[in-house]
Amino acid sequence: MEKRITSLLEVENLKTYFFTRRGVIKAVDGISFYVKKGETMGLVGESGCGKTITGLSLLRLVPEPAGRIVEGRIIFEGEDVLKKSPTEMRKIRGSKISMILQDSMTSLNPSFRIGDQVGEVIRLHGMVRGRTLLQKVIEALRLVRIPDAEMRIRDYPHQMSGGMRQRVTGAIALSCQPSLIIADEPTTSLDVTIQAQYLRLLKELQEQTKTSLLFITHDFGIVARMCDRVAVMYAGKIVETAETRDIFDNPLHPYTRALMSCLPKIEVQLKILATIDGQPPELGDLPPGCPFAPRCSEVSEKCWRYYPPQTVVGRDHGVSCWNVHQYQNGESNRGS
Amino acid sequence: MALVAGMYTSTKTENLIEVRSLKKYFPVTKGLIFTAVTGWIKAVDGLDFTINKGESFGLVGESGCGKTVTSKLILLLEKPTEGCVLFKGNDIGYLRGNDFSNYRCSVQAVFQDPTSSLNPRMKVAEFVSEPIIANGQLSKRIIEERVGEVLSEVGLSQTSSQLYPHEFSGGQRQRIAIARSLAPRPKFIILDEPVSALDISIRGQILNLLKKLQERHGLAYLMIAHDIAAVKHMSTRIGVMYLGKLVEIAESEELYSKPLHPYTQALFSAALPSHPEARCREIVLSGEVPSPLNPPPGCRFHPRCRYSNPLCSEVEPSLKEVGPSHQVACHLHV
Repeated sequence: MEKRITSLLEVENLKTYFFTRRGVIKAVDGISFYVKKGETMGLVGESGCGKTITGLSLLRLVPEPAGRIVEGRIIFEGEDVLKKSPTEMRKIRGSKISMILQDSMTSLNPSFRIGDQVGEVIRLHGMVRGRTLLQKVIEALRLVRIPDAEMRIRDYPHQMSGGMRQRVTGAIALSCQPSLIIADEPTTSLDVTIQAQYLRLLKELQEQTKTSLLFITHDFGIVARMCDRVAVMYAGKIVETAETRDIFDNPLHPYTRALMSCLPKIEVQLKILATIDGQPPELGDLPPGCPFAPRCSEVSEKCWRYYPPQTVVGRDHGVSCWNVHQYQNGESNRGS
Repeated sequence: MALVAGMYTSTKTENLIEVRSLKKYFPVTKGLIFTAVTGWIKAVDGLDFTINKGESFGLVGESGCGKTVTSKLILLLEKPTEGCVLFKGNDIGYLRGNDFSNYRCSVQAVFQDPTSSLNPRMKVAEFVSEPIIANGQLSKRIIEERVGEVLSEVGLSQTSSQLYPHEFSGGQRQRIAIARSLAPRPKFIILDEPVSALDISIRGQILNLLKKLQERHGLAYLMIAHDIAAVKHMSTRIGVMYLGKLVEIAESEELYSKPLHPYTQALFSAALPSHPEARCREIVLSGEVPSPLNPPPGCRFHPRCRYSNPLCSEVEPSLKEVGPSHQVACHLHV
C-alpha cells in the first residue's frame, strides 16, 4: 500500500493494558492504524472502548504504574515513539504532537492567567522570552479568534465562556505548530451552535497549517463533518476502518451499522429506533472470540471462539468480522 | 377546589399544562450582611405554551436559555416571579391538600444523569416506591406489587428490586429512574436531557422505551435536550428558546422543513449531518449567547442575527401566529 511513504504516524499492534488487583484490563488490544500528513483521522467508539487511552498512548501519558504499553510500535515521523527517553518525549509533547482535551474547565489551570498558560508551551519549546513571547501568545490567541487578545491574556479561565476556553486550549495545542494534534472529544461540553463554530475553526486552522488531526469522538455526525478517514473501535480493538465516504455508504461491520442506525436522524422521522441489545462489555473479562458477539444480530458459531482477522475490502477499507462476505455486494478478497 | 382571589383558571380542559406569561428572575446581590440587589437574571422571561394530553412537547435551546428553570417551575421546585402554570385549568401555585399531592403524583421528572439522580444508599425497591409512599397511605403489599409492575414495564427483572444503583449499568440506572417516575401513575413526565449521559448504543433503547410507555399510558412529555435530532424524534411540537424567551413554536416536521426564525435556522443547521455529503447549508452563528443579566434591547437575538435591521434593536417582537400551530417571534415574519 502507498500509505508507508506518506503517513505521518503509524501505529502497529499497539497494546496498552492496565494491571489491576482484579486482573488485566486490556484497554487497547492490538490496534493498527495510520495518519497521513494533513488529513483528519477519526477514532469513533462508545465510552470505555479505549479511544482516549489510544490518544494517551501516542503521547506516552498512560497513567502509570497501573497502565503500561506492553507491545507494539508507534512510528511518528519515521521514529519509534516508544523507544524515546523521557527527556526526548518531553520535547515531542506539545511541539510535535499536542492534545486538546474534552473539558476545558479541567484542562486549564484555574489559578493562572490565560496568557501564562499559552506562554508556557511556547516558552518551553520555542526558547523565547519577554516581549517576543508575549507577541507569540497574542498571535496564538488571535489565530483562534479570541477578540481583544491583548486584553484577554490577563483573564483567568473562569472569566471566559466555555466556547472561548475551548479555543484557548486549541491555541495551546497549535502554538508550536505541531504536525499532529490529538483532539479528544473537544466539543462534547459545548452547545450545538458553539460546536459548529469550533469545528469550522479547527477545519480552517488545519487547512492553514497542514496539521494532521486525530479526532476522537463518539459522534458519527462529527465524523461526517470533519474526518477524511475513520476507525471504529469496540472493546479495545479496531473493528472497521475506511474512508469516511465509504463507511457511511457501505458500513460492513455489524457494530458500525448498528451504531449508525441507533441514533435519531434529523432528516427522517422514524417510529422506532434500531437498538443494540445488551451492554458494552467489561474490558477485564472479555469473551475469547469476537467481543461484539453477545450483542451481534448476525453471530455465527465461529464468532464465539476466535477473534476475526482483518479482511481488506476494496481500497483502504478493513473490517474484522467473520461474516463480512455476507454483507458485501461483490466478492471478497481476503487479506492478512 | 376552592377559588382564591388572584388565581387563574381556564376552561380549556384538553390542555394538560398551560404556561401563561411565566417569568422567573433571580436576584444578583452584593454584600454579605447588608445585601443589596444589584440586578436580576431574567432566566425565564414571559413564556406561553400549552401541552395537550398525550402529547410530547420539546424544548430546545443553548445552555443558559432557561429550559431547566422552566421545568423547575412546572415541578414547583421554584416559585415564579410572575405568571402561572395551569394544570388541567387550575393554577398550580394555589393547590393545597389533596389537590397538591395529586399534582405531585401526576407530574414526574426524569433527569440527565442517573448516577447522580439515584440515591446510592437506597435499594431500587425503596427508591422506586418513594413517590408512592410519600403521596398516600398504601399497604406494603400493594406498594411491592406496584414496584414489580413498573420494573417489568421498563424491562428490569424482579430480582433487581433488592439491589443498589451501583450494581447497574448506566442504561439500566436510567430505566430505574424512569420506573420511579412511572410509579405514582403520572399524566405528565418532564424529561430533562434523558439520554445525553448515556452511551450511544444505549440511547436508542431508552428513547424507544419512552415512546412505548407514552403510547401505553397516554403520557404527555416535556422533553428538554440540546440534541435536536433526539428532540425531533420524540416530540410532536417543538418550542425553541433563546435567552428566556420562546422564539418559535411549531409542529416538529414543520419546524424542521420550514424554520422561520433565524435562530431556529442556525440551530438546525448546526445539528450534525448524518452523511458526509449532507453538509450543505451551514449557518455558523458568530459570537456567544449574551448574559441574561443584561439582555440586548429589542429582539434578544439581533446582535447575532444575519438579517437584523434597525427595528430589531428597538422593538421586541412577540410570538405571532404565522400558520396552523406555527408561531414565531421575529420582525421578518408578520
